Amino acid sequence: MREPTVVVAADYFQGYFQSYAVVGLLAAVGVLFVAVAFAAGRLLRPVVPTPEKLLTYECGVDPVGEGWAHTQVRYYVYAFLYVIFAVDSIFLFPWATVFAAPGYGATTLVEMFVFLGFLAVGLLYAYKKGVLAWT
Amino acid sequence: MNDALDVALRLLAVFVAFLLLPLLVGQTEHKVMAHMQGRLGPMYAGGFHGWAQLVADGVKFAQKEDVVPAGADRRVFQLAPAVALLPYLLVLLAVPIGPGDGAVGQVLDAGVFFVLAVMGVGVLGSLMAGWASANKFSLLGGLRTAAQLLAYELPMLLAAASVAMAAGTVSLPGILDSFHWWWVPWQITGAFVFFVAGLAELQRPPFDMPVADSEIIFGAYTEYTGLRFALFLLAEYAGIVVLCGLTTVLFLGGWHGPWGADGLGWLWTLLKTAVLAFVVIWLRVTYPRLREDQLQKLSWTLLVPLSLAQIALTGVVKVVIQ
Repeated sequence: MREPTVVVAADYFQGYFQSYAVVGLLAAVGVLFVAVAFAAGRLLRPVVPTPEKLLTYECGVDPVGEGWAHTQVRYYVYAFLYVIFAVDSIFLFPWATVFAAPGYGATTLVEMFVFLGFLAVGLLYAYKKGVLAWT
Repeated sequence: MNDALDVALRLLAVFVAFLLLPLLVGQTEHKVMAHMQGRLGPMYAGGFHGWAQLVADGVKFAQKEDVVPAGADRRVFQLAPAVALLPYLLVLLAVPIGPGDGAVGQVLDAGVFFVLAVMGVGVLGSLMAGWASANKFSLLGGLRTAAQLLAYELPMLLAAASVAMAAGTVSLPGILDSFHWWWVPWQITGAFVFFVAGLAELQRPPFDMPVADSEIIFGAYTEYTGLRFALFLLAEYAGIVVLCGLTTVLFLGGWHGPWGADGLGWLWTLLKTAVLAFVVIWLRVTYPRLREDQLQKLSWTLLVPLSLAQIALTGVVKVVIQ
């Protein structure tokens, strides 16, 4: 009885690795394409750098201060919210494939509403706190 | 040996589609925008209605000097266009254009998951460009890009999860196999959310605040010239192709058509994708740019609640019909 399971698992993993090997191959093709394009570009284009040309662009006047300037990151709260929500949402995908399977049905549906309730209350709280407004 | 040949042919097909379809969308955009604005658009290059305009543009870009500003982070600056472009090539591999295993680059079990994850990487290219340029406009553009990704990735994810729930699988061909026409009205809210969020991630008008040319001089791409700039543009149009293709596959039934899928399936996929690409161009001509705070508000107070409602609806209907 055990042997078939092992064979099926081996087949499955072979298919799994094979499909992602093709993805890797395509990635290699893409890298090759970019490399060839950059190399060909190097042969085709002129190279005549002048100090003025290499200046940072600031509408034609000489740049003031550094390019890596201080800037106010207004949305860092969004970043927190995003991380929280996105990590939660990832769990939806494996759940989505089985939630309607025989034997689950109504129970999983209630669980789903609990989950959505948590997300909605979190969002509402953030809204009430005013962090969803760009200040 | 046959297997190797088969894989090589598939990769070649995906690669050719990756180079050709964005150019088609770009040329269509030239012409459609022009006609919507009472102009003719390109008319000379290639003779017939300027069909070779983008080829000519490509030749021009390849001959331009490649300027890397003295203050820039050289390596990151030079690599950024490749990081922005290549994810879309990988996503195309997983998009099925017809029924059966023969009409998809490669069947991936975790298809939806794979395409969403890889598409997210594309935005990294804009971030790299924005930071490495050492330019104030670019930095602002890069930060806005980051904010936009944070805001719109979530509704996109939730909308895609709704389809996965409806189909009971996360494989793209699997989703199409279990598709029924009544899924279109059932999932229409999710489709709207997915498409709008996708547009925002591509920074297409009206969501082009991060690259606003009249305000922050094309944002993260201010300092780019020649071939590298062209690759960023190519990435934008490849992104349109990928977004429209994915919306077609997830929400509009892909290769399903009114007269059966035998032999004509790929035509339906391409037709639906083309119509969506036309809508993308149409929106660019029609709507004014959203302000940065309006962008955030639209996502968090409209799209996220809508996608949560769609998930609730999908769950209830799915359990009831079981």
